[in-house]
Amino acid sequence: MLDTTFPQSDLPATAGVGYKPQHFSQILEQPGSVAWLEIHAENYMGDGGRPLAQLRRLSEQFPISVHGVGLSIGGEAPLDTDHLARLKQLIEWLNPASFSEHLAWSTHDAHFYNDLLPLPYTNDSLIRICDHIDQLQRTIGRQMLLENPSSYLAFEESTWSEPEFLTEIANRTGCGLLLDVNNVFVSASNLDFSPQGYIDAFALNRVGEIHLGGHDTDTDDHGAPLLIDSHGHAIADPVWALLNYTLERSGPKPVLVEWDNDVPDWPVLSDEANRAASALHKIPA
Amino acid sequence: MNTNQSQFTRAMMDASIPVPEGLLDAQNRPAGRRFDVYRNNVAVSLTDAMHAAFPVIAKLLGKENMDGLSGLYLRAHPPSSPLMMFYGEHFPDFLAAMEQLSHLGYLPDVARLELALRRSYHAADSVPVGPEKLAQLSPDALMQTEVKFAPSMQVIASPWPIFDIWRYNTQDGAAKPDAVAQDVMITRPEFDPAPHLLPPGGAAFIVALQRGQNIGSAHEAALAKTPEFDLGATFTLLLQGGVILKLDTKG
Amino acid sequence: MSNTAKSLVVASAVAAALSAAATTPVAAQSKEKCYGVSLAGQNDCAAGPGTTCAGTSVTDYQGNAWTLVDAGSCEGMELPAAADGTARSGSLEALARDIPA
Repeated sequence: MLDTTFPQSDLPATAGVGYKPQHFSQILEQPGSVAWLEIHAENYMGDGGRPLAQLRRLSEQFPISVHGVGLSIGGEAPLDTDHLARLKQLIEWLNPASFSEHLAWSTHDAHFYNDLLPLPYTNDSLIRICDHIDQLQRTIGRQMLLENPSSYLAFEESTWSEPEFLTEIANRTGCGLLLDVNNVFVSASNLDFSPQGYIDAFALNRVGEIHLGGHDTDTDDHGAPLLIDSHGHAIADPVWALLNYTLERSGPKPVLVEWDNDVPDWPVLSDEANRAASALHKIPA
Repeated sequence: MNTNQSQFTRAMMDASIPVPEGLLDAQNRPAGRRFDVYRNNVAVSLTDAMHAAFPVIAKLLGKENMDGLSGLYLRAHPPSSPLMMFYGEHFPDFLAAMEQLSHLGYLPDVARLELALRRSYHAADSVPVGPEKLAQLSPDALMQTEVKFAPSMQVIASPWPIFDIWRYNTQDGAAKPDAVAQDVMITRPEFDPAPHLLPPGGAAFIVALQRGQNIGSAHEAALAKTPEFDLGATFTLLLQGGVILKLDTKG
Repeated sequence: MSNTAKSLVVASAVAAALSAAATTPVAAQSKEKCYGVSLAGQNDCAAGPGTTCAGTSVTDYQGNAWTLVDAGSCEGMELPAAADGTARSGSLEALARDIPA
């Protein structure tokens, strides 16, 4: 059976933000309630220069979470071993507090599509994903966290609910889970299920990190709202409410604010982190 | 109905192909526009990446042309690796093959310059050799010396005024380009790559050194092509740019 | 030119370069200027800005129909004769002349 004794993800149960290079100086000088940072792994796979120098400096002051966006764990094809080797190198160099990736795919036929694409939840895809996670965890020698996606459509062939599917993957591979509360809200709205019901079904004891981000609103063919996980706005109020609902049940967790499009000035992002920190303070430790 | 990733990507990259079956909304109706979210994400994110990667080409052609070209390019050359920092490596050749752009013959070399700036930005850090190492060499030893350069140094030779074109489109008040050939060397003293205009023959000299020729024969090679080649001016740029990592005197 | 003469030419050029470079220290050139390179090609995990239409817009994203329109700084940049002798006008006006209406 699979080895479940990898070193565990180890972020503090406080507020963090997704790191953007334009905030470098201010993060160091005015971190406010930001106690840890998350980076996208692929942006630090160059050979040197400012990205790695900044990351080295930041890692002296903050625990770092490495969040991969390009491994294509849900891909039908085998994992890209070159990319695995780059991840291993980055993780060995940085020794981050956590590594996470997505329940999604992005590479097919040797082309990378720069998006997190959806997959059906079936016994076949379950086996494939568990094999990929097992290969990854053995390569990097530590536990990973797997993140729930934001969904815009459903697969007719799916036989598992998403929370059950993620729980089964965690049980089989020993991986932890990254719960993106905004993704839950977006998916629940788009696919017409209860976000609280999803949280109730989620293996909260497996959660090593929580994500929050802003979304956009569009409409589908039938005029129904279609929420888009754009990370281009402040976090919506009902998503904050869903965070509170989650934390009341999960206890304190590391909570990250993501803002990737139309990135605001540091004080605005810092305020979002303050709000996440307040949500954490409100719950009994 | 099963939907495999080949069907998914084909329909995602070509909006004239119907949305794959087996993709549904919450009421089990066909996904329709919901699938367009993925079409949009890929097209928009890669178009944005092209604008960010080639700001001078985008400025030369304007946003509308760059959007359209990016739409063509991202379908002809989807990324071959998840490292978006290096996306666009085929763009110079792609531009060169565009008939509608054949009257703008300088575009491919300007795109090469922009690619080289990014390669330089992400190249490994290095420490230049102290100038005293060079000063200590006797005239004969100097001739026999091979030079190892910083990985962040890049050289682009062009029959077009690519340095002036780059400067005209990135710096306020820079002069309009004249019709001259220009070779460019990119250096990265700390973290910021900067293009420098090389004297005529400078690129040939540096490329000869990169190929392992010693200073004496690289000098000959540069003079053979460019009789007015100015070794002193070229070496001054190499020293100022801190690009010489190692001197290896043979024989 | 003899080998000795050649090596003296090289040596004096290098000596001149050493003294020229010494008067312009590297640090003086190393001011913060990244020309947008630092933000180019960032990976992230967000969806594109919130519209679904761009991916289906046949005129913009179909991938096989693109027409050059007049725009951009190349308009005002005349490069009539490059050093390779093959270049023609660098402006978009040349296109209008080349393509029959």
